[in-house]
Amino acid sequence: MRSFGGGTVRGTAATAAVLLAATMLASCGGRGEDGGTQASGECQGQQTTGITDKTLKLGGVYPLSGPASAYGDIPKGIQAYFEYVNKEKGGLDGRQVEFVVRDDGYQPPKAVEEVRRLVEQEQVFALFQTLGTPSTTATWDYTNQRKVPQVFVATGASKWGADTKHPWTIGWQPNYISEARVYAKYLKTEKPNAKVAVLYQNDDFGEDLLGGFKKAIAGSQISIVAEQSYEVTDPSVEPQMRNLSGSDADVFLNITTPKFGSQALAADAKLTDWNPLHIVNNVAASITVLRPVGFENVQNVLSSTYYKDPVDPQWADDAEMKLYKAKMKQYQPNADPNVPYHAFGWAVADSFAKTFTAAKCKTREGLRDSMRNLNNVQVPMLLPGVTMTTSKDDGFPIESMQLMQLKGERWQLLGEVIDTRKEFGPLTG
Amino acid sequence: MSEKTKVELEKTASDDETPAPPVESDERAPEGRGSVVGRLIGLVRSRPQLVAVVVLLVVALYVPFQLVPFRVFQFTMVMVYAVALLGLNLLVGHGGQISLGHGAFYAVGAYAAAIMMFHWDVPYPLTLPAAAVAAFVIGLALGVPATRLRGLYLALVTLAIAVFLVPLLKRFESVTGGSMGLSLEKPQPPAWTGLAEDQWLYLMVLAVTIVAFAGTYSMLRSRVGRALHSVRDNETAAEVMGVRPASYKRLAFAWSAMFAGVAGCLHTWTFAFVSPDSFTVNLSIMLLAGIVVGGLGSSWGPLLGGLFVMFVPSLSQDNNKAAPGMIFGLLIIAVMYVAPTGLAGLAGRAAQALNRKG
Repeated sequence: MRSFGGGTVRGTAATAAVLLAATMLASCGGRGEDGGTQASGECQGQQTTGITDKTLKLGGVYPLSGPASAYGDIPKGIQAYFEYVNKEKGGLDGRQVEFVVRDDGYQPPKAVEEVRRLVEQEQVFALFQTLGTPSTTATWDYTNQRKVPQVFVATGASKWGADTKHPWTIGWQPNYISEARVYAKYLKTEKPNAKVAVLYQNDDFGEDLLGGFKKAIAGSQISIVAEQSYEVTDPSVEPQMRNLSGSDADVFLNITTPKFGSQALAADAKLTDWNPLHIVNNVAASITVLRPVGFENVQNVLSSTYYKDPVDPQWADDAEMKLYKAKMKQYQPNADPNVPYHAFGWAVADSFAKTFTAAKCKTREGLRDSMRNLNNVQVPMLLPGVTMTTSKDDGFPIESMQLMQLKGERWQLLGEVIDTRKEFGPLTG
Repeated sequence: MSEKTKVELEKTASDDETPAPPVESDERAPEGRGSVVGRLIGLVRSRPQLVAVVVLLVVALYVPFQLVPFRVFQFTMVMVYAVALLGLNLLVGHGGQISLGHGAFYAVGAYAAAIMMFHWDVPYPLTLPAAAVAAFVIGLALGVPATRLRGLYLALVTLAIAVFLVPLLKRFESVTGGSMGLSLEKPQPPAWTGLAEDQWLYLMVLAVTIVAFAGTYSMLRSRVGRALHSVRDNETAAEVMGVRPASYKRLAFAWSAMFAGVAGCLHTWTFAFVSPDSFTVNLSIMLLAGIVVGGLGSSWGPLLGGLFVMFVPSLSQDNNKAAPGMIFGLLIIAVMYVAPTGLAGLAGRAAQALNRKG
């Protein structure tokens, strides 16, 4: 270790040179040249940055590394869809789509940097998905200030639709409150006097879902008799499960992410003197979560869904599922089409394609208006009966879900698709 | 004594005398005498450190008016990291201790500023001293183990602080905003300046950075700096000289935490958003990697380290989408192998090599 010795002084000039070189390297492209372009004709004055008659550039930010990197599979499904459209359909409305993916490692400051890079450096037309509630919260002030569409963000928080100050940002998947409403609706008809025990993850996701459930059962005979929370960093939820089993609840609502979901399912199976109706939320309802617990231990567990599960045999002959599996094999040969996140990516990319095509003006403003003007848009990868609907005051594209129950080694859809909008009225803040 | 050796002796004596006035460059470049260029060259030769600092300052002032907002933002973050690394350099490079938990102090500063702005509507300039004090006090308290532990044990204790912080921030939701974090208003430039938001932020961060660098520079040259070095190099000898190792170690820890807290406050200004996921253990490890790569104990180390922390992860992502972490790790290993004294040391060696050739 050296301090302020002669060597340091001699190296000073060289160090400064390194710093200067770094500055100069970064300084291509001066200030003031925004690079933004504008439309003429009917859509005069609207932004056409990142879009021409032949090309369309989109950018997405996902955790490709770090603790949430499982979600890094989503862009693979999206890439497969866009490549399919580019090579076999002549592009999106004749435009070849370029989808730039950046990694934020699930860290909000990194997400801010990457979003700014995509907007200012890559000059993308729109941000197509940022993943995670914290990362999206950190970036949406910026995207709305710059008037860049932030389409179909991959998080189920209810704030994307409930907020009115950010017209450029919109969610996609059913928000957690809608999901909670689906379970409440079921209990109201099937078990009107249910006593519910809840295990939930102590963050925005858990609280959104639990809060939505509490609101949805208000005024009914259903009551919550026990609540236990856990941290994402906890090693196990078994102590919480033991506490819950002491209650006399006859329904158990399992609000967890995959790892803890399977722990809770296993613990429930082990506690033989407590046999509630087990409801596990959609996030943890993947077959890959249930298999290690043993299918014989999780029979008749309830959950809900909105898009087609690639491992579900009932979609084996479904036209869209066949197309999806074939194109995944062709364009993403290293990715397993049975991973639900890939199907999720495919579905959301298809939703984007339909929203973009519907836009009157192929401009950023046009896309912004189009994403809040969806009228019963069919997306074949979603369950039959689940469609996208939005309006000026409704920023929730998908608010319908269907219950499903585990029978044998697969989920079986139960009853009809539940449109929570109809059942409970519109969601407001 | 033979004639030959006598001659040789005389020769060596005269050799010793020839380079006697090396700093007076006018002697060497008589053709430049009086001209501006000649004087400049003279200045560079006699005070390279000063000239480099001045040139760097000029460039730093030029940057926000020339680059696109995204680049201005990146360089703002380089300076924010540099301030945090300045503190870590004080502790690791000059104090000879180790901290794997500096991300925690960074978070303390960031949250202190955010909570004040969010709950009490404190004007943002006032959050800076408050964040510094908060981090200093917490650093002083947590500095107690630093006086008793060393090496691996201290590393573990500080790592525990960083690990423990994220779940702690998720609790106390009414204050910290829980895992959703706190969204704030961005500092707006006063109207009379005519500056854009990113330029104003950059210039404020630049001002804080300059003060921080000047502060540590003068501190390290004072009695305190010498005491720190003596504790680092030989504790027993330091004690014999009348330096109290325990109090200096604790103070080094607290100062170091204070700089991290100041950086955290600047972070809050820059992003106008804090959440627990922004300050994971990863941040602490990145900071330590940054200062080691930048150059421990060198005055340029924090700045080079800041550049490293800011730019290398995204550069490695450009090169390899699948495994950016791997490229990043390999780069750290490569730098450590080629330049064990960090980038600052490498720059020094390169300069020496050039001198020898020329």
